[in-house]
Amino acid sequence: MKELSLHLLDIVQNSISAGASRIEIGITDSQQRDLVEISVKDNGCGMSEEFVQRVTDPFTTTRTTRKVGLGIPLFKLAAETAGGEFKITSEVGKGTLVYASFQHSNIDRPPLGDLRGTLITLIQGSPDINIIYTYTTDRGQFVLDTEEVREVMAGVPINEPEVLNWIGEFIQENEAELSAE
Amino acid sequence: MKSIAELKAIREQMQSRINMRKEDEEGIRVVVGMATCGIAAGARPVLATFVDEIGRRNLQDVTVSQTGCIGVCRLEPIVEIYEPGKEKVTYVKMNPEKAARVVSEHLVNHRVVEEYTIGAAE
Ligand SMILES: Nc1ncnc2c1ncn2[C@@H]1O[C@H](COP(=O)(O)OP(=O)(O)O)[C@@H](O)[C@H]1O
Ligand code: FES
Ligand SMILES: [Mg+2]
Repeated sequence: MKELSLHLLDIVQNSISAGASRIEIGITDSQQRDLVEISVKDNGCGMSEEFVQRVTDPFTTTRTTRKVGLGIPLFKLAAETAGGEFKITSEVGKGTLVYASFQHSNIDRPPLGDLRGTLITLIQGSPDINIIYTYTTDRGQFVLDTEEVREVMAGVPINEPEVLNWIGEFIQENEAELSAE
Repeated sequence: MKSIAELKAIREQMQSRINMRKEDEEGIRVVVGMATCGIAAGARPVLATFVDEIGRRNLQDVTVSQTGCIGVCRLEPIVEIYEPGKEKVTYVKMNPEKAARVVSEHLVNHRVVEEYTIGAAE
């Protein structure tokens, strides 16, 4: 994937497929700490430890009882290639946390890319899922909680074009404010 | 800076319009494949183009949704269009320019853009 925001989109699609009703997305973009972090925490169906192993390293595990996907291995590879770490913590019936870090200055680190595009895509496809998006830089933090938007919209779906537009601009303005020159 | 007050104003404008919609009338469905290979091949801007163009033209009876794997990786991004009473149309190797043309020709004028379909690609 050309952008980390595309990996993010793919990883959150897993949470949606897992039946999550609440998804917390965290982005850290810190030059001072030479760190980029992406985390996705959901309350979906979860996975057993053995299953997590299998989906994380589909080529090194011997059991191939099902066709394995590529999204998680690709994300892991991206983190490990860019001097970072990759972790999945999951519990059946509780949910899953996917975490990836990257060395900010690493030349192999893909750019974060169009985070707003990813958020808008997710909200468009799943307007009723509670998405809590937190974006942190050296200059501060910004939080978008789609529950607040739903409250204001009082029954009007938040994936109507005008609302998506507003959310997109809201994200972009806050991101611009927080990103270093 | 954008404010919640602004969002409230948007809601006020929309509420009346939404209430007027004929819920029972079946419209056109646009479905964009959003699995790993679709995303890697550029499905995100394709979806965004459909949403923007349909919103801009105020096409009330068209809905856009997302799905997982459609199954033909090398032809991604893939978009399927379901129109009541017609056969499904599958567009392949889509990009934002093609998406905009599908909106104006297929969704507005009901003319399938044959050259972008899976039939033309195979
Ligand atoms: N957040 C999650 N909650 C529950 N199961 C998950 C989650 N993420 C991934 N999985 C499981 O791991 C599998 C592999 O994921 P992935 O590598 O993204 O490939 P794919 O989504 O194409 O199957 C998924 O099919 C699903 O069974
Ligand atoms: S795996 Fe490629 S289109 Fe589904
Ligand atoms: Mg996946």
